[in-house]
Amino acid sequence: MKRSFDILMVGIGGQGTILASNILGEACLREGRSVKGAETHGMAQRGGSVESHIRIDGKFGPLIAPGQVDLLLSFDLLEALRYSHYLKEGGTMVVNRHLVLPTSVYMQNLEAPTEDAIIAALSRFRLCLLDADQIAQEAGSPLSQNVVMLGAASYAMPLKPESVLQSVKSLVPKKTSEINARAFELGRQAAKECSF
Amino acid sequence: MERHYLLGNEAIAHACLEAPVDFVSGYPGTPSSEVIDVLRLRSDRAYYIEWSVNEKVALENALAAAWCGLRALCTMKHVGLNVAADPLMTSAYTGVSGGLVIMSADDPFAHSSQNEQDSRCYAHFARVPCLDPSTIQEAHDMLIDAFTLSEEFSLPVIFRPTTRICHSKGDVELGDIIKSTKKGEFKKDPRQYVVIPAHTRVLHKKLNEKQPAIKKRLVELGYNTCSINGKKAVVASGIAATYVQELIPEGISFMKIGAYPIDEAWLSGFVRRHESVLVIEELAPEVEEQVLQVAGTVKVLGKKNGYVPYEGELSLSAVAQIMEKAGVLSENLYPAVSPVQNLPLRPPILCAGCLHRAAFYAIKKVFKDAIYPSDIGCYTLGLQLGVVDTTICMGASITVASGIAHSGEPRDIICTIGDSTFLHTGIQGLMNAVYNGADITVVILDNRITAMTGHQPNPNTGVTACGIESPPVSLDAVCRACGVTFVETVDPYDITGMTNVLRAAQSRKGVRVIIAKQQCVITARRAGVKRGRYTVDMDTCTGCGTCIRFGCPAIEFADEKARINDLCSGCAVCAQLCPAGAIVREGKK
Repeated sequence: MKRSFDILMVGIGGQGTILASNILGEACLREGRSVKGAETHGMAQRGGSVESHIRIDGKFGPLIAPGQVDLLLSFDLLEALRYSHYLKEGGTMVVNRHLVLPTSVYMQNLEAPTEDAIIAALSRFRLCLLDADQIAQEAGSPLSQNVVMLGAASYAMPLKPESVLQSVKSLVPKKTSEINARAFELGRQAAKECSF
Repeated sequence: MERHYLLGNEAIAHACLEAPVDFVSGYPGTPSSEVIDVLRLRSDRAYYIEWSVNEKVALENALAAAWCGLRALCTMKHVGLNVAADPLMTSAYTGVSGGLVIMSADDPFAHSSQNEQDSRCYAHFARVPCLDPSTIQEAHDMLIDAFTLSEEFSLPVIFRPTTRICHSKGDVELGDIIKSTKKGEFKKDPRQYVVIPAHTRVLHKKLNEKQPAIKKRLVELGYNTCSINGKKAVVASGIAATYVQELIPEGISFMKIGAYPIDEAWLSGFVRRHESVLVIEELAPEVEEQVLQVAGTVKVLGKKNGYVPYEGELSLSAVAQIMEKAGVLSENLYPAVSPVQNLPLRPPILCAGCLHRAAFYAIKKVFKDAIYPSDIGCYTLGLQLGVVDTTICMGASITVASGIAHSGEPRDIICTIGDSTFLHTGIQGLMNAVYNGADITVVILDNRITAMTGHQPNPNTGVTACGIESPPVSLDAVCRACGVTFVETVDPYDITGMTNVLRAAQSRKGVRVIIAKQQCVITARRAGVKRGRYTVDMDTCTGCGTCIRFGCPAIEFADEKARINDLCSGCAVCAQLCPAGAIVREGKK
């Protein structure tokens, strides 16, 4: 009786997840579809773990239950693992392979998981891994990594890529429109090889 | 009609423009702040709008505007209503001639709050209507109806969205914006506005006499609805009603409550047609207690018999579990799944270059074995640095410090409070501490802004909510006027200067105030301040870890050496701490 396509976007405060979720919401409106969402506010600027729920065709509440996510977009490798239990059986993950270790690891000398260990733990999911930071640099600005991620994930969403791209152009600051359009295309190219 | 994808608070703000609202006041508090933040920056603004210094001040301003016949909105978070409770309780007696809507945003799960109190209880207590939205669209529509309701009954109306309404997003149908043209006029009526005993006794009776008509009107308004489909029923309120609607199977009756007080006859008519009623609501059992009063022999399942938690936030999966346990759902569609264990946590931390971290470092260095009462703001995160021993409510750092001092505790007591919190309710505590001879050190962490809630200006900033220049309050003069003789202002980025002032304070008696003044690193960046980054000279770094223990997110450690990442804001505090002198300005050696 599932009636919505549920996307969870996770990352670290400041990585642009809120703008990315606005872009998807706007794309839904462009296609005349209902949409619901929820996100972390307030503390987001302070480097904490953040999450955005987006329910395409959602008509009820904004929150997705753990184990029900169709598509998980993670802007950080460690956050992908932290939220991996939200993914449903057979769901898809699009993950930026960049890893930012929490400051707590350095301060308290905690055991930190390595990139390889995290990737190994994620490999049981349908996983599309890309270097969104690198690709964003290529597109012209490191700030466009959120749009790179949307480009990469555009294969796995029930939205037309054109609607998402149009929404990118209408929501990013005007002077960065070209860079972001390029970031979207480069993201798509990078994920071409992934199996969705 | 236009459809937009909006944050709940943006939809609420837009509803204010449609109503239209004439007067807006409030104090920032998550999750309520964005309503005023959206309204204050509109260039087409025809209404009066202010950030007030606290919620009591905000509500009294809005009440006065409503006495002058205007539509006034006052916004705050749930705990702000405690501060504003004094005017609230008696404003129900005096009533209003315009429309007064008090938006008190609740925070189940205390995502960013000190408690989980329920504003519906305040409405009940004050005997004023309360509207409790279950979706963003409803929040939008309700706000406009709240003004109409307030005018119809000449009473303040509490509008109570929760975090999952304020900070959710959804597609919303918006109406047209109407430009406010009303001018207020105060019509003298001492029997209404001067609550001496002779007047207030009459007003109290009037308030009570209004109740039956309010209950009837709220049923007609359409926010309390029901459909009878079988012998079992679910009654739900607020966002919980939306979760139930997503899950409810055929053959189960459903009642949605969005407006209080609930009409008992209407409620009883529904409840008594069922064998059992499951009541699902967040926080206090407001609806459940009403259901119990009319239930007779009907079985009521809810908080009181352990089906629904009193604490925390509900969710789709939590509601599914409750409905299954109560026999309303045959299976739980969302069985619990466990997250990966033992991952390093990523809690919110003070920003790279935050003045508070530098101030806390110096405080801890000078006042080693001390008691550290603190307050509410970004600096509460100083808990992670071991320099926050108490936090209870706004302004309670100085009062708790003086209470501990007077209780005979022999250790030094040094408390921290932000500039906005000091102006909110800190000054009275300082005055009291001086008056009663407390022996404490107060550090005002002065970043010139109300940062935690999204950088709202305050009387210390030098601009109003609308960006108009205002005379910045002198914290130094305020403290001296309270009778403090030791008041020193210092830049916390200057670790030597800061520790020297702290030492000077430590050697004195009485109330000593240090104003640690430096711009919030986020507002500084927005204002274009560029200080240049710092870097670690790998040959000089001994890997001692001093800078790492400072806890700045711009400093990392790998291969036995420190490294500074691109979060660095150039505050240069770590460069002062490094015993090897290995941290230098980028491009200099």
